[in-house]
Amino acid sequence: MSATTHDHAHDHHDHKPSFFMRWLCSTNHKDIGTLYLCFAVVGGVVGGILSEIMRAQLNFPGNTIVTSGQEWNTIITSHGLLMIFFSVMPATFGGFGNWFVPLMIGAPDMAFPRLNNISFWLLPPAFLLIITGLFLGESGTGWTLYPPLSNITFEPGIGMDCTLFALHLAGISSLLGAINFITTIFNMRAPGMTLHKMPLFVWGELITAFLLLLAIPVLAGAITMLICDRNFGTAFFDPSGGGDPVLFQHLFWFFGHPEVYIMIVPGFGIVSHVISTFSRKPIFGYLGMAYAMVAIGVIGFVVWAHHMFVSGIDVDTRAYFMAATLVIAVPTGIKIFSWIATMWGGSIELKTPMLWAIGFIFLFTVGGVTGVVLANAGIDQIVHNTYYVVAHFHYVLSLAAVFSIFAGFYYWIGKMSGHQYPEFWGKVHFWLTFIGVNLAFFPQHFLGLSGMPRRYPDYPAAFAGWNFVSSIGAYISGVALLVFLYVVYRTFTSKEHVADNYWGEGATTLEWTVSSPPPFHTYAELPRIR
Amino acid sequence: MIRLMSRYRQALAVLLLLIVTPGGAALAQAIGAPRPWEMNMQPAFGPVKAHQIALHDLVLVIITIITLFVAGLLGWVMWRYNAHRNPVPTRTAHNTVLEIAWTVIPVLILVVMAIPSFRLVYYEDRTRDAELTIKVTGHQWYWEYTYPDNNNIDFSSYIIPDDQLKPGQLRLLTVDNDLVVPVGKNIRVLQTSTDVIHSWFIPALGVQRYAIPGRTIETWFKVDRPGIIYGQCNQICGTNHSRMPIVVRAVPEKEFEAWVTEAKTKFSDAAPDGQQVATAEVRH
Repeated sequence: MSATTHDHAHDHHDHKPSFFMRWLCSTNHKDIGTLYLCFAVVGGVVGGILSEIMRAQLNFPGNTIVTSGQEWNTIITSHGLLMIFFSVMPATFGGFGNWFVPLMIGAPDMAFPRLNNISFWLLPPAFLLIITGLFLGESGTGWTLYPPLSNITFEPGIGMDCTLFALHLAGISSLLGAINFITTIFNMRAPGMTLHKMPLFVWGELITAFLLLLAIPVLAGAITMLICDRNFGTAFFDPSGGGDPVLFQHLFWFFGHPEVYIMIVPGFGIVSHVISTFSRKPIFGYLGMAYAMVAIGVIGFVVWAHHMFVSGIDVDTRAYFMAATLVIAVPTGIKIFSWIATMWGGSIELKTPMLWAIGFIFLFTVGGVTGVVLANAGIDQIVHNTYYVVAHFHYVLSLAAVFSIFAGFYYWIGKMSGHQYPEFWGKVHFWLTFIGVNLAFFPQHFLGLSGMPRRYPDYPAAFAGWNFVSSIGAYISGVALLVFLYVVYRTFTSKEHVADNYWGEGATTLEWTVSSPPPFHTYAELPRIR
Repeated sequence: MIRLMSRYRQALAVLLLLIVTPGGAALAQAIGAPRPWEMNMQPAFGPVKAHQIALHDLVLVIITIITLFVAGLLGWVMWRYNAHRNPVPTRTAHNTVLEIAWTVIPVLILVVMAIPSFRLVYYEDRTRDAELTIKVTGHQWYWEYTYPDNNNIDFSSYIIPDDQLKPGQLRLLTVDNDLVVPVGKNIRVLQTSTDVIHSWFIPALGVQRYAIPGRTIETWFKVDRPGIIYGQCNQICGTNHSRMPIVVRAVPEKEFEAWVTEAKTKFSDAAPDGQQVATAEVRH
């Protein structure tokens, strides 16, 4: 279809295979990207339903929507893992990454197309295993999986093993994806595109790929040891056999802290492009932006024990991890101010993607500064594991990362589908989400400061007020999700076709030089970058 | 700002809690417990928490200013550089002075914050001269307290189930046996667990450590006035994670000594491993 609107000789490149071959055996980066994005929506909706169940339970103290603590704990485990591994990561890394890394660097496809296919297809079975763990009600450990709670003594069911094995599959999927991205970005850039001319989104994906490459094997090691402890009589984490539960925490957070940057760094890239496009200005301080992401990635590997300030680690160790964590504020500040400087002097159009991007900057700032509070080990002693932490990481992940995903969706959906989203409904979606998530998560700072522990299905009456407000916010966010699904429906049923570069002069990267949607095979002739 | 809002908040609280709380549960303003519509930390019952509040107040001011500054800048650029008002964009993409400024100024702010922060970390780590040692052992799902300095008094502390609460007792916060401590003494806490990881967390005292099986972790606190101080388990520990609260009853030294004498007989039949016959039926 695009070939008819596009006057290059793309006809023979646009031959699409049959449905089975195209979608189940796909080796095409755009199709695999589409699969990832659809998968992320499914993961996000299921994880979102769990959120609504949790907020309904926490609406009032003494609620019995969730009937037992074990059931509750299983729900929080699944919610966390689904949102991280089956919604945010498939969207930012697998989805937008697959779609736009090759397009932006002028590569015809990913370096290893079949590896790309298996990367995706490892995820659905992993998803089913998580769901099995959820319905068996046997994985009540939280996404952090700390032993001894996750040992066979305390979580005897096979549901726990399903959850752990799901992480193995999702981990292998990410690892293969990371290898593919690194190879593609290092070897397949179009002639003339040096690393220092590479779009920031590609920088973000490259850094994310390295984070995955270095972090995922550590998680894999930790959960392998856990599986052995559970099933084969080893005692890596069992003190009665000479093991150490704190060792697991070190291994888990050595993965877990880079993991949070894995979720947000691609978002940095998306937001940079959106801000630049709708300000009709080049990115301010491009190199500073790129190396700020590199710095965040590097420092992200040496701060893990700030998740363990009350695990009894030595006071000097705590002082080190506190200092290292505070340092992250510097490159993060560079990014925030560079985005604002990009907008400064620009000619700003507040289209839907831009609203999401500006929303991202604000919410990421809020989540960032509460991170500075938590980094202070002295204060963390009293807010560790409280709702303050829940508010903090939802501001940076469920708000900022998700806002960057929606910014990317509205920015690129015309490019990906050939149809433009309805502007009015896009804005309704934005404002409903913005109000909903702030109402849901801002009061949680208050709950945490006053001492409400996380992972509680029931709480003392004093916490009722802010929990009520928070639940109302969650319901509004739930309605916003329905609006999003309506936007998707309207977009795909739209008869209107968009031009190659429908955002005009502000959009300067290579994906805007191909048709919308791009032909099945792009760049039969490599573009040249000046 | 928080103080300004408190009066308005209280009015709102009374109004809303009638709607929000099923059955209009009694919300007595118990000391050392969370309060309805609280927006900040629970007031300090000891020096550790007082220092934490002081540092948090400093950090809160800094982060509020930063957030408002960023929000203000965003608002300004959206208004001033809107396409209607500024149809022709500049092409400025570099400003070395500015870029150095927004790298160096955050560093300076962090240094200002880090100095009191380091001091606090070392202050709250442990006490040099403990006047009383208490051993806290986490169990699924109750706490066991031992007083090695006082004849190894040892007892368990279980939650009072909802249907056995007396009027005025706080739901999910009340236990059968309080941890009794003397006011004004440096109290060393040694924590461990016999099963999974728990966390002994008392907001008003500023104390929190994980209770981890296989190791003993030390921390400390001091209570500076008598009162009942509530805390909760703060590390997911299984199905009754939300049902193993902590109650610290801080009493003057004389009263504490009287309690010790009484406790020696009261808990004398308690096996040292914390097996509690009297309270076993509370478990559910």
